[in-house]
Amino acid sequence: MSGLERLRVMFGAAPRKPLVITPEARQVHGLKRMTKAEFEAMKEHARAHKLVNHQWRNRRWLVLIVVNLLFTLSFWLDIQMLEGALTASRFVGFHLIDLNSALQVMLAHKHIIVNLFIGTATVFVLWVLLGGRSFCSWVCPYHLLAEWFEWLHLQLVARKRVSDHEFHRGTRTVFWIAFSLLALISGYTIFETISPTGILSRALIYGPSLALAWVLLLLVFELVYSRRAWCRYVCPIGLTYGMVGALSPLRVEYRLEQCFHEGDCRKVCLVPHVLDVVIKGRAAALKTPLGPDCTRCGLCIDVCPSGALVFDVKGLQKLL
Amino acid sequence: MNDRPQQPAAPVTPGAPAGGGRAQAPVRQQSARRRFIRSAVMVGSVLSLAMLGYLPVAGARKPRLRPPGALEEHDFLSSCIKCGQCVQVCPVTAIKLDDIDRGFGVGVPYIDARRQACDFSCDAVQCILACPTGSLTYRKPASLKTRAGMPLAEPPLLKAKENDPEPTLNLAERIGIARLTRPDACLAVQGQGFRGQTRGPGYHGRLRYVTVDRWRPLPVREHPYDRDLCNLCVTECPIGDAITMAESVDSDGRKRYRPQVRAQCVGCGVCEMICPVEPAAIVVAPREPWAA
Repeated sequence: MSGLERLRVMFGAAPRKPLVITPEARQVHGLKRMTKAEFEAMKEHARAHKLVNHQWRNRRWLVLIVVNLLFTLSFWLDIQMLEGALTASRFVGFHLIDLNSALQVMLAHKHIIVNLFIGTATVFVLWVLLGGRSFCSWVCPYHLLAEWFEWLHLQLVARKRVSDHEFHRGTRTVFWIAFSLLALISGYTIFETISPTGILSRALIYGPSLALAWVLLLLVFELVYSRRAWCRYVCPIGLTYGMVGALSPLRVEYRLEQCFHEGDCRKVCLVPHVLDVVIKGRAAALKTPLGPDCTRCGLCIDVCPSGALVFDVKGLQKLL
Repeated sequence: MNDRPQQPAAPVTPGAPAGGGRAQAPVRQQSARRRFIRSAVMVGSVLSLAMLGYLPVAGARKPRLRPPGALEEHDFLSSCIKCGQCVQVCPVTAIKLDDIDRGFGVGVPYIDARRQACDFSCDAVQCILACPTGSLTYRKPASLKTRAGMPLAEPPLLKAKENDPEPTLNLAERIGIARLTRPDACLAVQGQGFRGQTRGPGYHGRLRYVTVDRWRPLPVREHPYDRDLCNLCVTECPIGDAITMAESVDSDGRKRYRPQVRAQCVGCGVCEMICPVEPAAIVVAPREPWAA
C-alpha cells in the first residue's frame, strides 16, 4: 500500500486490494494455498499455542495513567512538573500545546503569539517521533474509559443484548473540516466545547464538572449503539494526530510470513481498516507498515499468536 | 461489523460488474444506504449539539469578570485554549474555570470577586505570564479591539510594592470598574463604623495584609477590623488612588462620607470581596469602561 493510499483510507475510503504484489509476497501467498481442513488444522494448532498476553496494553495503561496523574499531582501537590491540561501545558517550563487545540485557537483567533507557536512546534516534533495517533491510545484519558466501555459493549453484543451500528468512517473527515471551518468563521473554538479529551483532562485536574455528563452520554452511546463511535467516527484530534503519524518512523509492521490469517488482530483493533493487509492474499510485500490511522496501541501485537505484528522504527534496522 | 472485511462504500448498480468484481446484492446496497443515512444524522446531531454552545454565550445576562490582562470577550473566548494554567499560578486561587453551562465558554477562566477577588498577591500578574496563547496579555496587539475607557491612564501603583524600585503593575487595561451600586446600604454613607470579621467566620477568602505578611495572603476571617467609620474598600484596595473616601458637609453641618471610585480602578474586585454588607454595597461591573 502506497503512502497516498494509506492516507486515503485514513480519511474514510475503504481499503482496496493491491494492484501489484511483489514476487516474494506472491510466493508466500502461494505457499499458503491449501485445503480447508488443512487450514483449520493449522489455525487450531496456532490457537492451542496462543499465550494470553497483555504486555503492551498494560504498559500503555500505565503510561496513560502516569501522564494524566502527573498533570493532576503537579497542581494538587504543587510539584510544578507538568502544569496545565492536555490542551496546553508546560513540562518543567517548556510549552506544550495540543495540535488540534492549537489549530482551533489559531483558526478562531487568527493571531499566533510566540509561545503558542513554540508549544505547537514542540508537540508536533514530539508526536512525529512518537507515532502520531499514539497520543490517542497512550495519553488521551477518554481512550481509556472508552476501552473499558468497549469491553462492556462486546459483552452485551456477545449476549445479543445490543448490536453494533457502524457509521461511514468518512464522517470523521467531515467533522474535521466542519469544526475547522466553524472555528474560522465564528471565531469560537467550538470543538473544545464538546471535546471529551479536554473535558476529562480538566476534570481530572481542576475537579468534576457538569460537562462530565456529556462524556458519560458518549460512553453510553458507545455501549448500547456503536462500538468506539467517538474515536472512530468523530474525533478530529485523532485525525490531526493521524496526519502527524503519516510522517512518523514509529509504526506497527506486518510480517506476512509469520501470519496465519486468523483475523484476531482485526477484532481487537480500534481502526481495523489499517489491518486490511492481514486478510489472506492482500499483502503486497513481505513487510508492510500499517497506515497512519493506527494508534500504535499494541493490542494487535498482544493478540497475535505468531508474532506477525511488531513495533518498528523505520530505518532503524539499516542504521544498526 | 468492523471485524469483517470492509465492503466498498459506493453502491454499485446491480448487474453491472464493476472492475471485474461481483455486483452488490440488493441487501448490501440497502445496508450501505442505511449506514449513509445513519452517518448523516449523526454528523448533523453532533454539530448541532456543539453549536448549542452559542446560546449561553449570546444569552449571558451577567458578563463574567475575566482575569487581569484579558482580551475583549469575543477575542478572549476565541484565543483561550482552556488549559487552566492561569488557575494554577494564582496564589489566592481567585481564578476558576467555567463549566459547560457556559457553552463555548467551557474551561474558560473567570473570577467571582465576592467569593475570592484578585488582590495581586503575586505582584507580577502571574496569570498573564502563564497564559500560552496571549488570551491574557501585558500588551495587546494593535489589530485587536480596544474600547474607550478600558485603557488605564497610568500603570497602576501596587500599594504593597510602594517602596520597591518598580512599584507599578504591568497592566495596560482594566478588567472592570468598581461601582457603589447600593449607596444606601453602605456603612460609610450611613456614617457607621465596622467591628469584627468582615464576611463572618465562615468566609474562606484570602487577602494580602502587607503589614502582617508581605508574601503570604491570610484568610480574611483571621483579620478582624475595628473602624469608627467603615472604610474597608478604601484601605484594602490594592491599587493606589483607585478608591478614596469623599467627605462632604450637609446643610445642617453634619459630615457625610462616600467611597469614590477613581480612574485608576482596575476592577480587581477586592472592594466587593471585603465589603461587610450583604449583598455588597460596592461591586465590580465586569468589563465596564471608566466613565467620568
